[in-house]
Amino acid sequence: MEKFKTLTSTAIPLAIENVDTDQIIPARFLKATDKKGFGANLFRDWRYDKNGASNDAFILNNPNYGGSILVAGNNFGCGSSREHAAWALTGFGFKVIVSSFFADIFKGNSLNNGLLPVQVSEVFLKELLQELSNNPQSKIEVNLEAQTITILNGNRSEDFDIDPYKKTCMINGYDDIDFLLSKREVIEAFELNRN
Amino acid sequence: MISMKSSKLAKCIAKSFQHNMKQTLFDKVWDAHVVDSIENGPQVLYIDKHLIHEVTSPQAFEELEQRGIPVLRPDQIVATADHNTPTVDQHLPIKDDLSRNQLEQLTLNCDKNGITLYQLGHKYNGIVHVMAPELGFTQPGMTIVCGDSHTSTHGAFGAIAFGIGTSQVAQVFASQCLLLEKPKKLRVTVNGTLKPNVLSKDVILYIISQIGTNAGTGYFCEYAGEVFENMSMEGRMTVCNMSIEMGARGGMIAPDETTFAYIKDKEFAPKGAEFDQKVTYWKTLPTDVGAEFDKEYFFDAQDIEPMITYGTNPGMGVKVSDEIPKQGDKSFDKSLQYMGFEAGESLLEKPINFVFIGSCTNSRIEDFRVAADFVKGKQKAKNVTAWLVPGSKQVEAQIIEEGLQTVFENAGFQLRQPGCSACLAMNDDKIPQGEYCVSTSNRNFEGRQGQGARTLLASPLVAAATAIEGKIIDITKQLN
Repeated sequence: MEKFKTLTSTAIPLAIENVDTDQIIPARFLKATDKKGFGANLFRDWRYDKNGASNDAFILNNPNYGGSILVAGNNFGCGSSREHAAWALTGFGFKVIVSSFFADIFKGNSLNNGLLPVQVSEVFLKELLQELSNNPQSKIEVNLEAQTITILNGNRSEDFDIDPYKKTCMINGYDDIDFLLSKREVIEAFELNRN
Repeated sequence: MISMKSSKLAKCIAKSFQHNMKQTLFDKVWDAHVVDSIENGPQVLYIDKHLIHEVTSPQAFEELEQRGIPVLRPDQIVATADHNTPTVDQHLPIKDDLSRNQLEQLTLNCDKNGITLYQLGHKYNGIVHVMAPELGFTQPGMTIVCGDSHTSTHGAFGAIAFGIGTSQVAQVFASQCLLLEKPKKLRVTVNGTLKPNVLSKDVILYIISQIGTNAGTGYFCEYAGEVFENMSMEGRMTVCNMSIEMGARGGMIAPDETTFAYIKDKEFAPKGAEFDQKVTYWKTLPTDVGAEFDKEYFFDAQDIEPMITYGTNPGMGVKVSDEIPKQGDKSFDKSLQYMGFEAGESLLEKPINFVFIGSCTNSRIEDFRVAADFVKGKQKAKNVTAWLVPGSKQVEAQIIEEGLQTVFENAGFQLRQPGCSACLAMNDDKIPQGEYCVSTSNRNFEGRQGQGARTLLASPLVAAATAIEGKIIDITKQLN
């Protein structure tokens, strides 16, 4: 897993609530047996029409916006457990998703793929979306060590929470398998004890 | 405990956490599976049963192979092919190259790692959340995971069951454990007696419409009260199945005599003295009187009517006879625009061309009995394409054995072969662009049943009635 410490980037505002994983990556693209290539179909049915023509009204197709931070409405990532959603977002180039609320499974999947979910207050989310609407080139800084997110224009900042174990994993690029394998003896003892 | 009389309207009581020796069903099962704890961090939770399918497992097998890690406990894994399988001509080679490759990969991975696979055509094949309970793999007090968010279904037996991502599938392969923070506890109590023609699907659609799609996020939910106590196991599975649609990782119902009777004599359930011993343990699992929950909701069964959804998330549901609310934020408007509906209008008399009875929510024998009972002696409307997709080979066999197939075919319905089918439309079972489908599945997200398809979630009874009438009707008026 890639390490994550700080990131300063422009951001893309997706002011829609309850973005589900079927929108992030529709089921018909889940037939692959590896993790590659999902970025091309990220938000497929919002980015393109049925004939494959680009939908200019969709924010990801707006040439004024870019960067590796996605700022989205409340309850992002609800629905299916498909980790393909996280692979599609990282495949497209996102490293941070900001929302006022994340669905559980999506949040876990993101953290397991070096994609940082930053949960902010409704008020700060509104401010972020407003700032990006006014100023598409506005830079956002995410500092994982300090657990802060900052709109550099005007230096407006908010703290965010993250599980301390997961924070260590993200900063060092560790994943849970390494940790669980180190617990092999305890796990076997647990199994023996139950039988 | 709030009395029935004072709970006419839903009440939410957020309780401050108090240390209490009384335990909930969830606590008892969770605590019995904690292998280790990280200070100020997650716990190592032992997993009893790991269910896998073709879509979310290949990358996990690949990960293990790349890192040279073996599967630790292959005998605790059960595999089935369901998400990406055709529902016609299952005996023929699969036409779509990518789908065929994905299924072949599953077979290969299971063979290589000594995992039992019930592949396409096997008499035990079916949707993972239908076949595992009916084979007796699902039992009270277990921890069960699967790379599918509707794993919450198995909570109907008093198990802790939840969906996981593919990285976690790899973790369970490698260690039979997961690293997790213990979720908070939520209880939804519904007391009273359900009105006629109100099914378990209506109960859960009603609950979600009242508390919203993220009320359960961060929580594990227990369903309690007379309504669930009086429900069949099939009904309980329908309810627990949709826990994830209110954001809860899982839902649970206390095991009781209904549960034990369902499990007894199932193919892979404990037998004889071992079964009796298990029952003695299972009886200790229900929540202690006075145990504390972090959040509680109370509803009255008499307030629940046959339900239908009008929007693009499962919380956007109303009584079939009600109007679409006139609320209006941006996301709500976007949703109605997608559906082609107006705020404030009624859904009654809306023409519907597609009906789907199936999915891990409603594809068990009870669901087809309800539908057949209504359909018997009637003809489907000419404009309607009606797909019936059983949840498993066993359900399919039962449909035929009980003569329901004849009832359906006489009415013009098409009985297809088992699988996830048009619930997520990964295979060819897609609803065309712009068409409405009254569906017994669990998600009405944009494009869920096919690009541009518009889904209205409902019970098997409402779906069957829609197929006969070719439009949405007030089922209670017709039947009463």
